[in-house]
Amino acid sequence: MTILTERLADGVTGNGETRNGDSRTTATEATDSSASSAPSGAGEAVVEQLRFRPRVLVSRDRKELMLSLASGLTGSAGMCLVFDWSHPLTYAIWALLIFLTASYLLARDSQSPVVAADRLVTTLVWTSGGIAVSALVWMLVYVAVQGFKGLRLEFLSSDLSKVGPLDDGGGALHAIIGTLQQMMIASVISIPIAILTAVYLHEIKGRLSGLVRFVIDAMSGLPSIVAGLFIYTIWVLRGNGPSGLAAGLALAILMIPTVTRTAEEMLKTIDDGLRESALALGAPQWRSVLQVVLPTARSGLITASILGVARAVGETAPVLLTAFGSSSVNLNPFVGPQSDLPLFIYQLLRQPNANQIARAWTGALVLVLLVLVLFVLARVIGEHGARVRGGSR
Amino acid sequence: MATLTPETLTTKNDLFEEQTPRVVSRSVTRGDKIFRSVCAAAAMVSLFIIGGTAIFLGVKSVPALQETGFKNFFTTSVWNPTVGEYGVLGLLIGTIVIASVALAVAVPLALGLALFINEYAPSRLRRFLTSSVDLLAAMPSIIFGMWGLFALQAPLSGVAAWFSLHLSAIPFFRLSEADAPLIRSSFITGAVVALMIVPIITSVSRDVMAQCPRSQCEAALGLGGSRWGMIKQVLLPFGRAGITGAVLLGFGRALGETIAVALLISFIVQANPLILEQGGGSIASLIAIKFPEAQEVEISALIAAGLALFAMTLVVNLGARAIVRRTQMAA
Amino acid sequence: MTTMYPSSAGAVTAGADATGSVPATSQPTPPPFTWQGELHGEDSTEQVALARAAPSASTSARLDATDVTCWFGKRKVLERCTLSMEPGQVTALIGPSGCGKSTFLRALNRMHELVPSAAIAGQIALDGVDIYSEAMSPTEVRSRIGMVFQKPNPFPSMSIADNVLAGLALSGISHPDPDALVEQCLSRAGLWAEVADRLNEGGMSLSGGQQQRLCIARALAVCPDVLLMDEPCSALDPISTRVIERTIRELCEEITIVIVTHNMQQAQRVSDNCAFFLVESLREPGRIVEAGPTKQIFSNPSDPRTYDYVTGQFG
Repeated sequence: MTILTERLADGVTGNGETRNGDSRTTATEATDSSASSAPSGAGEAVVEQLRFRPRVLVSRDRKELMLSLASGLTGSAGMCLVFDWSHPLTYAIWALLIFLTASYLLARDSQSPVVAADRLVTTLVWTSGGIAVSALVWMLVYVAVQGFKGLRLEFLSSDLSKVGPLDDGGGALHAIIGTLQQMMIASVISIPIAILTAVYLHEIKGRLSGLVRFVIDAMSGLPSIVAGLFIYTIWVLRGNGPSGLAAGLALAILMIPTVTRTAEEMLKTIDDGLRESALALGAPQWRSVLQVVLPTARSGLITASILGVARAVGETAPVLLTAFGSSSVNLNPFVGPQSDLPLFIYQLLRQPNANQIARAWTGALVLVLLVLVLFVLARVIGEHGARVRGGSR
Repeated sequence: MATLTPETLTTKNDLFEEQTPRVVSRSVTRGDKIFRSVCAAAAMVSLFIIGGTAIFLGVKSVPALQETGFKNFFTTSVWNPTVGEYGVLGLLIGTIVIASVALAVAVPLALGLALFINEYAPSRLRRFLTSSVDLLAAMPSIIFGMWGLFALQAPLSGVAAWFSLHLSAIPFFRLSEADAPLIRSSFITGAVVALMIVPIITSVSRDVMAQCPRSQCEAALGLGGSRWGMIKQVLLPFGRAGITGAVLLGFGRALGETIAVALLISFIVQANPLILEQGGGSIASLIAIKFPEAQEVEISALIAAGLALFAMTLVVNLGARAIVRRTQMAA
Repeated sequence: MTTMYPSSAGAVTAGADATGSVPATSQPTPPPFTWQGELHGEDSTEQVALARAAPSASTSARLDATDVTCWFGKRKVLERCTLSMEPGQVTALIGPSGCGKSTFLRALNRMHELVPSAAIAGQIALDGVDIYSEAMSPTEVRSRIGMVFQKPNPFPSMSIADNVLAGLALSGISHPDPDALVEQCLSRAGLWAEVADRLNEGGMSLSGGQQQRLCIARALAVCPDVLLMDEPCSALDPISTRVIERTIRELCEEITIVIVTHNMQQAQRVSDNCAFFLVESLREPGRIVEAGPTKQIFSNPSDPRTYDYVTGQFG
């Protein structure tokens, strides 16, 4: 590699320094742009105009950074005092805005607008990263902190049938059972359908593939509450009444497009050479799919399924409309209203009562833990499978 | 050992009549036929679901539409089951308002995140970030709703206060009265929904931008451009269509978001253009809130509202997917 | 630079008995040809007889292609190719890249039609029976005419032993003594000694050359009459290449082999007959310019284009 391409590669992959002073990280960096390889004949003039921008922070940049930071922090503090805002988030937003403005203005005056714009964008981009990650972390920590207080064994082993809003005790056992049962029903219905649909789209490439893809796209945008309404009209209203099964059906509708799409992506990663080898051995297509392609894609398909389940597990609206919720354990998913974790939380939240809200938080913690476990499981299986499959690429 | 003499070979001069391709029987075994039918049947299930939704919801919504009048349903803002008056105009507007606020907050955040992951982040951080975004996508919407309700109201109302104070030139940011409560507003709801749609906009935009040929990007840098210059000149124009599709996908998701809205907003049926103030609503939250207590005709009205929401999201999503698929095929 | 070629088409080494157990031939025979290099650690005396597997034992068969023309959509890629591939011999298809050799090879076992826009004219007969006729299904053809591909692709979800038996499993055939069959096929492919102790490990744990030999063993397990090989050594290192070339020479007595190769020295080492494919200019379809015994093609070709190619003037 020539020196120029090496430097370009560095510039493209990112080379910056992080400042840890507050929750935001800033990377100030300048890209190398030596014009030494400009086409011959471009002339000295070109070399003159293009600046050689060093990669490390020079003292001038450091000073500017400090100045901007200081102005941000103090300016925001001043505003918060004047306007009487007390929340750290308001302070942080203002500090950021002032910091950005100051940094841009300073850079523009000392170097060029191009560099200033670049630095501004870099800061903004790093900030977005920071915001997204801090939001996620804040959310998880908040739920953990609020919900941990109520997390006792009793919570996992009793339901709400004998406790009222003002009593202590009680738990989410009925919701946990409901979640598990509805998850299983939804998986059993949706996963085979989704995988077979993915096979239809990618392996068989049937004549209706275009239409099916269109429909899968339409389904993936279906609001969860509309799915709930659909099952409500064709199942619950027709005399079957609310049940865990109805909720499972509604959740299956939500899972099918996700699992289908991911499964199709997994099938696409399977080398065509495998299919050809199977056919060359004298296999009919169905055997080559069932005995070679699907087993090879097994871990990817499992990952797709788990991700689909993780999404369905957190849906409240469809279950609200199909299982109605209850406060006691209902072991029979086919008859009678049933609750599940999101519905449990939602129904408790609608009651403005400290006890109920505390229960809701604990339920939220259990739900988040469940989603985390599923998520990690999907990752682990996916990576293990990728390693196993790795040699076939 | 047979020898192949030149006479038995076909040379260029030996062309007699034109050959036509044979009809090759792809005799599909019986096993294959069954297999194909099973897979096709599975694929048809999805067709049935979408078609069924449109049909069944349409049929079931007739009673309410008859009672209140088809035109009235879509042109008034009222919800009075006892009198049989239903009108969702305000809520249709509210749905779009909340989704728009969500977009306004989410798009810069998501694009910045996408650019960060693709272009700025060190490679170790990249994997962590992608996982974080995926985890954010998997988080249940009720968790977002709770967190927004208890943790974000205070700070965001502080931001809202600033907006109303300094940007009141813009009509949306005005207040009806000086000390109108700034909590449980469309603004706060939209901001929380924004966080929910960031993952999908980010991942689709990332995929689109990752397909930009590196040689073009490096050429832009090699001409002496800064990184932002390269992004502005090469990456964003390349990904423009895909990013638009991603944004539309996020919009569609925000239109249909139910529980976070139901928890956060102070529900009213009329449209409230003053987004910083308390009060607002969306179709989805209407259904969630009214359903538990509803009786027959009201349920039918709710179904009609759901059908309207279905139509809206369908149009937006299909448009989005068409754009995204087109960019994927072109790349 | 003369290499000795094996004498006439050999007889099939039969030797099964009714129970399907595997007797080994008792007398060691010297290697049938002279290598230009040296082989280390190879047991050249290892020859195992073929057990009869349901439905039929492998006997080398004759493939006759007559006026074969292939299209992809509207584009004609092969024009009127006629070639006889003799039983018990190795026929090499040589020529520069892009001349349609692989397309011709894939037409021989009905893999060509897997491409949606593909079309074919002409006749290809296996022991006199037209393989494209209504009577023959593609799966039947492919179980009698096997194929080994350029890139080794053992099935990742199966162990080594299961990979060898995959052909039977994929056709729904069961074998009375699968372990013996595994040993036999791996021996014939020259892989048995190296994997005998790890038959249950995954197929992906082998090196490239071993994987390709596994694919050969897998193709042999269904007892095909003809084995097609599409540049089987081009992705491999020279040692593996030599082992596989040796395997080919050993196998050809029982199975007819057709091999596509870019490597002229390989064609000389390995094949009995050669067919030289050529494309005249950009839009022209490929044609067979000359075909004949390898010795003659390389030392005394009739067509000046063949002479130019084998002497390295282009290619």
